[in-house]
Amino acid sequence: MSLEVENLRVYYQTLHGDVKALDGASFSIADGEIMGLAGESGCGKSTLGYSLIRLTSRMKYVEGCVMLDGIEMPVWDGEKMNAFRYKRVSIIPQYAMSALNPTRKIGKMTADLLAAHDVSYKEILPELKRRLDLVELSHDVLNMYPIELSGGMKQRMVMVLSTLLNPSLLIADEITSALDVSTQKAVAEMLVEFRNQQIVKSIMFVTHDISILYQIADSILVMYAGKLAEKAPTEVIINCPRHPYTQLLISSLPEVGVKHAERQLKGIPGSPPLLLDPPTGCRFRDRCPAAHHRCLEEPPFVEVEDGHFVACWLEVDSHA
Amino acid sequence: MRRYFGRKLAIYTLTFVLAVTIDWLIPRFMPGDPVRVMLARAGLKAEASATMYTYYTQAFGLDLPIWQQYLNFWNALLHGDLGTSLWLFPTPVLKVITRAVPYDIFLLLPSILLSWWTGNKFGAYAARSKRLDNTILPVGYILTATPYMWLGILLAWALGIAAGLFPISGAYSYALRPAFTWTFIKSLLEHWFLPFASLFLVMFGGWAIGMRNMIIYELEAEYSHYLEALGAPRSLVRKYAFRNAILPQLTGLALQLGVIVAGALATEIVFSYPGIGYLILQAIQNQDYFLLQGCFLFIIIGVLLANFVIDIVYVLVDPRTRTGMQGEAA
Amino acid sequence: MTATLKAQAPPLTALKKNETLYFALRNNKLRIGLAVVLIFVVLAIIGPQLTDNAPLAYVGPPAQPPSADFWFGTTTFGQDVFAQFVHGLGATFLVGVVGGGLGTLLGVLIGFVAGYEGGIIDELLNMLTNIVLVIPTLAVLLILAAYLEVRSILLESLFIGIFAWPWAARAIRAQTFSLRAREFVDLARLSGMNSLKIIFREIAPNMMSYLFMTFILQFGGAILTAATLDFIGLGPTNAISLGLMMNNAVLWSALHLGMWWWFIPPGLAIMAIVGALYVMDVGLDEVFNPKLREM
Repeated sequence: MSLEVENLRVYYQTLHGDVKALDGASFSIADGEIMGLAGESGCGKSTLGYSLIRLTSRMKYVEGCVMLDGIEMPVWDGEKMNAFRYKRVSIIPQYAMSALNPTRKIGKMTADLLAAHDVSYKEILPELKRRLDLVELSHDVLNMYPIELSGGMKQRMVMVLSTLLNPSLLIADEITSALDVSTQKAVAEMLVEFRNQQIVKSIMFVTHDISILYQIADSILVMYAGKLAEKAPTEVIINCPRHPYTQLLISSLPEVGVKHAERQLKGIPGSPPLLLDPPTGCRFRDRCPAAHHRCLEEPPFVEVEDGHFVACWLEVDSHA
Repeated sequence: MRRYFGRKLAIYTLTFVLAVTIDWLIPRFMPGDPVRVMLARAGLKAEASATMYTYYTQAFGLDLPIWQQYLNFWNALLHGDLGTSLWLFPTPVLKVITRAVPYDIFLLLPSILLSWWTGNKFGAYAARSKRLDNTILPVGYILTATPYMWLGILLAWALGIAAGLFPISGAYSYALRPAFTWTFIKSLLEHWFLPFASLFLVMFGGWAIGMRNMIIYELEAEYSHYLEALGAPRSLVRKYAFRNAILPQLTGLALQLGVIVAGALATEIVFSYPGIGYLILQAIQNQDYFLLQGCFLFIIIGVLLANFVIDIVYVLVDPRTRTGMQGEAA
Repeated sequence: MTATLKAQAPPLTALKKNETLYFALRNNKLRIGLAVVLIFVVLAIIGPQLTDNAPLAYVGPPAQPPSADFWFGTTTFGQDVFAQFVHGLGATFLVGVVGGGLGTLLGVLIGFVAGYEGGIIDELLNMLTNIVLVIPTLAVLLILAAYLEVRSILLESLFIGIFAWPWAARAIRAQTFSLRAREFVDLARLSGMNSLKIIFREIAPNMMSYLFMTFILQFGGAILTAATLDFIGLGPTNAISLGLMMNNAVLWSALHLGMWWWFIPPGLAIMAIVGALYVMDVGLDEVFNPKLREM
């Protein structure tokens, strides 16, 4: 599978104007790649995740091209996207705990959903049971109501359900954000297992938690204020990031074993710009220690070395 | 589960006893003497009146101490004896009421069921598009805001008197006697239509509005969004939303059915339709306290039964209430 | 250098404060509903000034259709229907405000306490609610009617309020239940605030919109109930109301005599006012609940 996104812009319609939440994203995900999508709250990562499968009522598609496996996905058309949803692209939402219809037995709901996609529940049942074993859920859950399951069980059920038809691309939207650390580990490992067993081809893991990405992601895409900042293989991002924002982000992570007395945590002073009327040029320039006059013009997102993209004049200029 | 119902049953019984007691107190609180009122109608001579007075007071047990009257009342109640009507003396109250009940059922059962069914369907349609919503919503609200008796009056005047299409009083033509003939049935239906229509229209509005609000709420729920994200067609999402939205509507339906016995007071008055509602009015006008008491008793029982049935139905139908029974976490 | 690069901070805070008002003024349902209600309010206030006739006085030829002298015609006794109408409007609004207000007040108090305290207090209050619901209000009203020779509109309003609160109480209780489980309430409890304070300082402000909407529904409901009571003949004895007008009309064969000007206006007015109130309620729901707003 491969995902190619070109200049995707999705804005939010509000009373005060358009919030430019996702303002020109171009990147690609290769077959079998787990790409982490990281950034602080409000940077546009969830918007990016959702725009690839279902635009909510407030979202407005502005422009951009999304190609999945060489076919263009009509992300702006809710009806036409149904042909792609679930079978080619699927999502594990952030609200997995309340994603299941409370008045329908889980098995019944699955059967209804599958029937809508012309898949026979009976035929897929053995595979479904195998998947339940994979996530350590008893087969009995199919006969239960969502309210009879614990939060963790519901999350795992949603994971199974979302990947049942082996989508090419799985979008995991902040699925570990509300979990305790050990469950986070279990869920993250399950995702990797899904990819390894070819249940899903590639995964886009949206989160603000870089440490989890370090554990499971092949590459990381860092976003800031609606724009892409840097994309590179995980090792590179963690050990030798090039974008000033990424550098500050990595250095602000606490390290195990290091005490506060020895080394103080550096944060990034300031806060991201409001995207209703974003500043011209590089959106990070107000907080960037390396900002200079070039930064008044927006830097392009270019490949500075193999598989490593940065949007910063320091890198672009030195590379050029 | 058993604890839950056991507790509910206990509460209902307690409520029943309290409500019935209050009901029993009604004639006792009325100024004036019911027996005297009844006798005044008979227009007897003074001494005959005095003898009759003692006789009837004893007959009605009104000379006994209060607590004994209370116990006698419960005793009679549990034997199905609701006393004797003053206005239609010597007909027992129960007989008077049971004569009226079939008319209420005939009038209210179809109007409640039909309005529930169509109202819910229309309410669900309203959630499909903004345009439909903007037409159905005001209509629904206007209908539900219409006072029953006014719509009855309007229909009676417009279709009954002005257009002369339907009769406007009684359950059947006064010239006929109940019989299984076509003439009688035709007359029955003619007299039934206008009260039915006025009830149906107002109730329809209420259900449509209720359903519309519930469906909109359900369509915005997270499970709806999840289904949509997984490519479920609009019809499936709507079907699930409808099934969830209809649960509270079921509660409403059970409640309405439960109070069928209360009759449709205002409508029956307008059309002089001989249901319990009309009976109550006549009891008031004729100061027949025992009949009133009996009618209210009927209503109390009906309401409590309906509530109890709702509780059972809801537990069976909505899995969410089953955990709620295990007590609320503080 | 950084000074010039500093991003502008758009003045959104000013807009946010008035956001509710902004939406409120824009919402069509709210505007139309409010307009209709206000029209009738104005009519109720200045109406009596427009006519010299007292509502119950015999001032003209009986059973006259609307004319220049009598805008709404006359009754079978020669009373001015328009005079009755505008005075009746006032009575209707009074009942709505007092009856609806009392019903809301009682419902809110009981609903809050039941929802917040839970446990045995909740059970007891629930039972109280059920009893009040089950008591045939007609029965109590009959007793009152028999005892009191003269009944006023105020009495009727109080009576309606005392029996209308269970519906409000149920709704408020459900809302309180869900709010009470929220974190800010836990915080308040941890800090040692007593229950009543928590209810009024933490929960109530979050339910302001809900309370307002409850009042509007109670207002409409009170008007409808009063109309029915008046129609049965259990209404006020010393005043005229819209329900009483309809009662009289039916009693004196207005139907058969085709005196539509007597019974159509009162019912129409009630339908319009209560309908407008309900539509306002929907509008308010949209204003307060951003998810429902039409963009």
